[in-house]
Amino acid sequence: MSSILKGRIAPVLPDNIDTDIIYPGRYLNITDREKTTEHLFELAYPELRARIQPGDILVAGRNFGCGSSREQAAAAVKFAGLSAVIASSFARIFYRNAINLGLPLMVSPETVARAAEGDELEIDPARGVVHNRTRNESYTAAPLDPRAIELIEAGGLVPYLKRKHAKQPEQLAHV
Amino acid sequence: MPMTMAEQILARASGRARVTPDEVVVARVDLAMSHENADLVRKAFFEIGVDKVWDPDRIVIIFDHRIPAESERTAATHKAVREFVAAQGIRAFYDVGRGGICHQVLAERGHVSPGMVVVGTDSHTTTHGAFGAFATGIGATEMAGVWAEGELWFKVPSTLRIEVEGALGPFVSAKDLILYIIGQLGSDGADYRAVEFDGSAVRTMTVASRMTLANLSMEMGAKAAFTPVDQTLIEFLEQRVRGPIDVVTPDSGAHYERVIHINAGSELTEPQVACPHSVDNVRPVSTLEDIEVHQAVLGSCTNGRLEDFKVAAGILAGQRVHPRVRLLAIPASQQVYLDAMREGYLTTLVEAGAIINPPGCGPCVGVHQGILSAGENCISTTNRNFIGRMGSKDSNVYLASPAVVAASAIAGHIANPARVAEEVFV
Repeated sequence: MSSILKGRIAPVLPDNIDTDIIYPGRYLNITDREKTTEHLFELAYPELRARIQPGDILVAGRNFGCGSSREQAAAAVKFAGLSAVIASSFARIFYRNAINLGLPLMVSPETVARAAEGDELEIDPARGVVHNRTRNESYTAAPLDPRAIELIEAGGLVPYLKRKHAKQPEQLAHV
Repeated sequence: MPMTMAEQILARASGRARVTPDEVVVARVDLAMSHENADLVRKAFFEIGVDKVWDPDRIVIIFDHRIPAESERTAATHKAVREFVAAQGIRAFYDVGRGGICHQVLAERGHVSPGMVVVGTDSHTTTHGAFGAFATGIGATEMAGVWAEGELWFKVPSTLRIEVEGALGPFVSAKDLILYIIGQLGSDGADYRAVEFDGSAVRTMTVASRMTLANLSMEMGAKAAFTPVDQTLIEFLEQRVRGPIDVVTPDSGAHYERVIHINAGSELTEPQVACPHSVDNVRPVSTLEDIEVHQAVLGSCTNGRLEDFKVAAGILAGQRVHPRVRLLAIPASQQVYLDAMREGYLTTLVEAGAIINPPGCGPCVGVHQGILSAGENCISTTNRNFIGRMGSKDSNVYLASPAVVAASAIAGHIANPARVAEEVFV
C-alpha cells in the first residue's frame, strides 16, 4: 500500500477475542454487511462501540478473531468505521475475511505491548512499520503480503474480481 | 522430496511436483460447501458480476444452522437460497428434513474422499480431514470467489504431527483426547498449521471418532487436520463414495514442524472438560464435580453421531434426568435420527426425560432451541464455550464427551461417568 494509515487507538482488547465476542451468533441471519455493525461487541463489551470513532484503529492481543468463519465479524469491525486492526496475532479465517473485505490487519506484538487508548498511530503496511506519535516510538510489524495489499487497495475481493471479470472480454479482443 | 498430507494434496491441486511450507499456491477446489450463509455468498457472487457458478456439481448446500426457520428473516434467506440453487442447477442441496448438520451429511452421502481440496463456509470444515481431504473453513466473500472461479490461494501450512499410542480407558473418548490436546497446545497452538493424527489410539478409532478429532482441531486454530487413510476408512468410504478411492498417506521422511507424542493410557486417565470461556481451559472431570448443571446438550457436528447416542443411551438407560436439568438430544442428521430410533436409543433418552431436537446446529450456535439464561450452566458435547455462545453472556458452557454429558444430566452436576456407572450398577 503506497499510503500511510493514520488513526487513534480505540479501546485495547485482550488475547483471544473470539468471533462470538465480536459478533454474536444470534445475528448471523443478517446479511447486509453495513447492518452488522449494530451488534459489534454487543454481548461481552456493550459499552465499547460508543467509544469507537470513525478512522480509529483497533488494537488487541493474541489470536484475535478465533472461532467461527462468520464474515459478519470482520464486516462489523470494518463498517463500525475502524480503519485497521493491529494484534499480536490473528486467527486465520478472520484474517482472510478482513483482507477480503478490504480491512487492513497488522501483526505487531511490539505495538500492542505499548498501546493505550487514544494514542495516535501511523502505519506503513507495506514496510511493516508502526509509529506511535503520542509516545514518539516506532515498532516493527509483519509487512502485509503484496497480494493482501492488492486486495485492500481494490476495496476487497469482490471489487477486485469484478474488475478482473469485467476486463476479460476486452483482453480477449486484443488476442 | 517427501511431503506431508497437506503438502501432497496442495501440490497436486496446484499442478506442482512439490510445495513447501509458506509458499503460496493457487489450488483448484474439488468441493465447495455452504449452509444458510450461502445467502451471503450468493449476494457477493452477484456483486462480482458473474451469472453462473463455475461447476454446479462441485457445490453442496445444506441447511443446518436455523432449521426449521425460526424467524421470518431466516425464512427469507432460506427461500432466496432455494431459488438460487434451482436457477444454478446445484443438485446437492439438502433442505430441511433431507439432511442435517452439514459436516455429517457430507460424510454420510459420500461427498468427500482422500486427496480432495474441500472448502466450506463453516470453520469446522476441518472435520473432512478424517476422510483424507485437505478441508478448511473460509468466509462468504472468499466462497463467492470460489463459486466464480473454482480455485483459491492457500499458503502451504507447516504440519504438526500428533502420535497417540496406547488404549483409551473406559469412558475416555476421542472428545476427551482432543480436549486434552487443545488444553496442552492452547487455542492458537495449531494456528495456520495442518495437523496429522496417528498412532495406535487413533488407528483403532471409528471413523465417527476420527471426525471428532479433526473437527475440534479447529479450536486450536488448525487450518486442516488429518487422520490416517487406512482400512477402517476405506471400508467406510466404499459404502458411500462413487468411483475409485485414492489412498493418500504422508511420505515417510516428510518434514514436520513438531512431532508430539502422547501416551493415552498414562496421560489421559479420566474424561476432560473445557471450562468457560475458552476451549483450551481444560481440566479433568473429577475436579469439577461440584458444578451444578441446568442444561445438558448431546449433539453437534462434534458429537451428534450414532456412537455418541449409543454411549449416552447406555448411561441413561433406566435412569431419570435430574429435575434441575433439561437434556437436549440432537441427532447430527436425518440418518443418525433414523438409526438411533431403530436402535432404541431415542426411546431410552426420551424415557429418561430428554427432549429430541431436529437434526441441526440449534443451541450450539446460540440461535434457537435451547438458549441459556443468566446464571445457568450447560454441559455440552458441542465445540465452543465462548462468552454468550449459547445465550446470556452470564451463562457458562462446559464442553465434554457424550458420556460426561449423560452422567451429568442424571447427577444434576458435572459428573464422572465412571462414578455414575458405579452407583448405578452397585
